[in-house]
Amino acid sequence: MRFIFKTKYSQDINIAKHNGDRFWYSLLILIMAALPLVLDDFYLGEISYICILSIAGIGLMILSGYTGLASLGHAAFLGVGAYTHAFLLTNGIPFYASIPIVIVVSFLVGAAIGIPILRLTGMYLAIATLALGFIAEHVFIKWEHFTGGNRGLPVPQPEFLGMSFYDSVFFYYVCLVFLIAAMFAAINILRSPTGRAFVAIRDSEIAAQSLGVNLGLYKALSFAISGAFTGLAGALLAHYIGYLAPDIFNIFLSLTLLLLIVVGGMGSLHGTVFGAIFVGFLPQLIAICRDYLPSSIGSQPGLEPMLFGIILVFFILYEPLGIYGRWIKIKLFFELFPTYKRQTFKKQKVFTKSDRV
Amino acid sequence: MSLFEVKNITVAFGGVKALNDVSFGVDKGEIFTIIGPNGAGKSTLFNVISRIYEPSKGEIYFENQNISKTKPHNISKLGIARTFQNLELFENATVLQNLLLGRHIYKKTNILSEVFFTPSARKQEHEYRLKVEEVIDFLDLQHYRDTLINGLPYGVRKNVELARALCTDPKLLLLDEPSSGLTNEETIDLGFWIKDIQSLLGITIIMIEHDMSFVNKVSDRILALNYGKILASGLPEEIKNNADVKQAYMGE
Repeated sequence: MRFIFKTKYSQDINIAKHNGDRFWYSLLILIMAALPLVLDDFYLGEISYICILSIAGIGLMILSGYTGLASLGHAAFLGVGAYTHAFLLTNGIPFYASIPIVIVVSFLVGAAIGIPILRLTGMYLAIATLALGFIAEHVFIKWEHFTGGNRGLPVPQPEFLGMSFYDSVFFYYVCLVFLIAAMFAAINILRSPTGRAFVAIRDSEIAAQSLGVNLGLYKALSFAISGAFTGLAGALLAHYIGYLAPDIFNIFLSLTLLLLIVVGGMGSLHGTVFGAIFVGFLPQLIAICRDYLPSSIGSQPGLEPMLFGIILVFFILYEPLGIYGRWIKIKLFFELFPTYKRQTFKKQKVFTKSDRV
Repeated sequence: MSLFEVKNITVAFGGVKALNDVSFGVDKGEIFTIIGPNGAGKSTLFNVISRIYEPSKGEIYFENQNISKTKPHNISKLGIARTFQNLELFENATVLQNLLLGRHIYKKTNILSEVFFTPSARKQEHEYRLKVEEVIDFLDLQHYRDTLINGLPYGVRKNVELARALCTDPKLLLLDEPSSGLTNEETIDLGFWIKDIQSLLGITIIMIEHDMSFVNKVSDRILALNYGKILASGLPEEIKNNADVKQAYMGE
């Protein structure tokens, strides 16, 4: 077991809490950077996709996992990011200028949608965001000047730093760098007063308000920040897909993002990566399994959504803290071995919570 | 002139008048206790003061400023902090994070400086922490800094909520049943702390409380409510011997 001897306040503020953190995360980044040496284009593409999903997951995690606001229409922001990026690139704006514009546009769209929609809470908010997803999909179809409608919109693959986005190794590095940057940005937000205010809103709105947190402002800010991250992911997704069509940004993509954060672990940034690996590889796994199943089951359409649904229910019932929660338990098991008690994580009866103020 | 004044406050929920024409004033540096049987309107009064409920009639003045129209999230900026009857802590955060939220009203950073965690954001965190540590020392919470609220016993949670309110550096502290659910020893400790908050930190306290021996020990003045109306107000001895109060609590 590790005991951290604290002598400075900075130790609580710093991202890395001890040298072990520094060592393992640096090693992880080194391994990620070295992957193109051993993996072929197919797997690099898959991992790039997982990076993109993780960035989108960070966006939804900040909104749902940290601020406690549900969103069933987050594919809309992926769409906003993707279309804005493709539109800008088509009009000759270079990649390095387009990305910041995409982030700002998604942020503003998030704020504009967030301000009215966040007067709702709970179930009603979920329904409203569901509707948002459908409306966005419709807008992508109808606003032909901007999106190309149902004909679709080819995404230009410009040169950036003298490299082409067709090069899967280069694209992999771009995604990786953006993921790391997004991670740092998210960690920084969450260790600042704004991030704490989000958590406060999640756990007790009334106490947050009495401590001076402007609920309306911070909920809208959370939606906007969430939109900005997801929009960035959308821009990268545009490169990954290469050709945008409105039906990519459908309800199923929104639900995939939801599955991602629930399976990964609500309220943890680690969870976004775990969840992204899970939902990124799941379709491949299902495809492989199809070959081994009897053809009457294996060739059924709709196997994927069904499995997604079952997995979601399974996690909510048996591991509400997701893969990250399980990881924490395993880690503690080895730290305390052989004195670990199953009871450690037994859910305590909540005896203080009530609706009265 | 009083530090805090409530003038003719009436709160009606449909036909029920939870508070009926209640007026009182609290002087600076005082410990002012509100007592009354269940449903007397005590918590309603607190919720009106922290602007969660809208009064049907009447005004509230704090430092001669009318706060009946102030936004709920601006109340703490004026220097009014509160605790809740049924703890409202941030359950999935550590004690330290809960207390740091008490400093939220002093936030100077904007979202951009936070995304890049600029030196000014870091400096602000240090300043927050200094104040939080003062409060931790004051209420003996050193042991619990990094514990999640989820895992804390009830008495400590109550203490954390008081600490969180103190972190806002208030001029007026509203305590909603601070001793409920505490053991005898904890109640005695609380009595000392409340006296210390008054004398060392110079904070005025309005408190709702049921434990009469505790009330008599710490309060400077008492207000008794029943069915939304003021029964009596005055020094602890006066209230103890007041016929109306006796009747409200014990019947004929």
